[in-house]
Amino acid sequence: MRTIEYKTIVEAAAALCGKAAFDLPDDVLAKLGECANAEQSELGIDFFNQYLENAKIASSEHMPLCQDTGFAVWFVSMGRDVVLDRGLIQDALNEGTAIGYKKFFLRKSIVSDPLFDRKNTFDNTPAIVHLVQTDGDRIKLTLAPKGGGSENMSALRMLKPSEGRAGVVKFVVDSVISAGGNPCPPTVVGVGIGGTMEMTSELAKRALLRNLGEPNPDPRYAELEQEILAKINASGVGPQGLGGAITSLAVHIEFHPCHLASLPVAVNLNCHAARHAEVTL
Amino acid sequence: MKEARHITAPFDEATVRSLKAGDRVLLSGVICTGRDAAHKRFNDLLNAGKPLPVELRDQVIYFVGPCPAPPGKPIGSAGPTTSGRMDGWSPRLIAECGLRGMIGKGSRNAAVIEAMKKHGAVYFAATGGAGALIARCIRKCEAAAFPELGPEAVYRLEIKDFPLVVAIDAAGDSLYK
Repeated sequence: MRTIEYKTIVEAAAALCGKAAFDLPDDVLAKLGECANAEQSELGIDFFNQYLENAKIASSEHMPLCQDTGFAVWFVSMGRDVVLDRGLIQDALNEGTAIGYKKFFLRKSIVSDPLFDRKNTFDNTPAIVHLVQTDGDRIKLTLAPKGGGSENMSALRMLKPSEGRAGVVKFVVDSVISAGGNPCPPTVVGVGIGGTMEMTSELAKRALLRNLGEPNPDPRYAELEQEILAKINASGVGPQGLGGAITSLAVHIEFHPCHLASLPVAVNLNCHAARHAEVTL
Repeated sequence: MKEARHITAPFDEATVRSLKAGDRVLLSGVICTGRDAAHKRFNDLLNAGKPLPVELRDQVIYFVGPCPAPPGKPIGSAGPTTSGRMDGWSPRLIAECGLRGMIGKGSRNAAVIEAMKKHGAVYFAATGGAGALIARCIRKCEAAAFPELGPEAVYRLEIKDFPLVVAIDAAGDSLYK
């Protein structure tokens, strides 16, 4: 059994907060470069050039890509042959989140009570932690800071199984088009299909972690991703919702077995600043 | 593409009426910030018949909650937030307080557009997700009201060549479909 220090998790988590906020992943940068050449609308081309310039400034000056540095959402895979020397991993991640958001001058966007008080906690905690146990003796931490503007455009529907493929396509495409300019298009579209109500939402969020444009390994779902992307981009919503050929950069679908009476579908959007950062300890 | 127009805030109704949907603008001058919590407080003050802590006549409000300023910079990243959340409050600020301009992202509802047409106000789209780029256009930032709201406080910003697009003009023409 391997032992890892609690403070190693805290320090790694704090460092990831900065990395995710400042450095746009290479796959996203490459895609934005392609789009700057492929977009037809003059305003749209101007926006893509601004996104690329913004990414350069963010990385070189350590300024967050977006002022909404988000809810700290952690995906953790913890090997069964590793233990912390003390404490709980979710406590270490909360501590690291608080340190990282302060140290790197990130915005604190969490309010303590959702309905009545809505007082800022001023350290961006609590974070959200999704923990799974895996084989081995390593801990993998993935941080996906989630901005409010794109998260607010999420959608969930429990379709009837008879609505099938066409029902899924219609629901996802309609959700993205009706979000318009709100989620800062061009977006990355995460889709969860199957599972239960809460699980399909988590699948949609996990889908956003995939390398941009990497297809689902099942060719049927890969084809569905392409069909949905083409329909979204035919809408003309465009960058920032101000018209153009590119409304979404990619559609990623994750699926899971579901109840014979159900066909749950969830949509979770990331803006073009599709941030995530990971480390294996 | 047409050259961007240089405009200085605050500005008057004639300037607003000369702006057309689709125009690119480089905005300089002085603007103030405000988002959900600040708009709610403005509304509560108006309901109570009290004065607002900042003058809004002929002014521009930028819907933004910036990052804290890192050492050596006046402000952290400062891109726009979703404007639709302010739709319930904007018509009153336009009609009763003389607000001339708003900066945000995403479309506005019919009541906001009606107030913009009637009283002469313009809605600009800033580039969502380009907070580091926009921060370069902000030369000075000082707290103007409600500092206890943290990122949701009202700040007074001095800006230079802030890149914007007229998304909805005072005739009600809109780039949003």
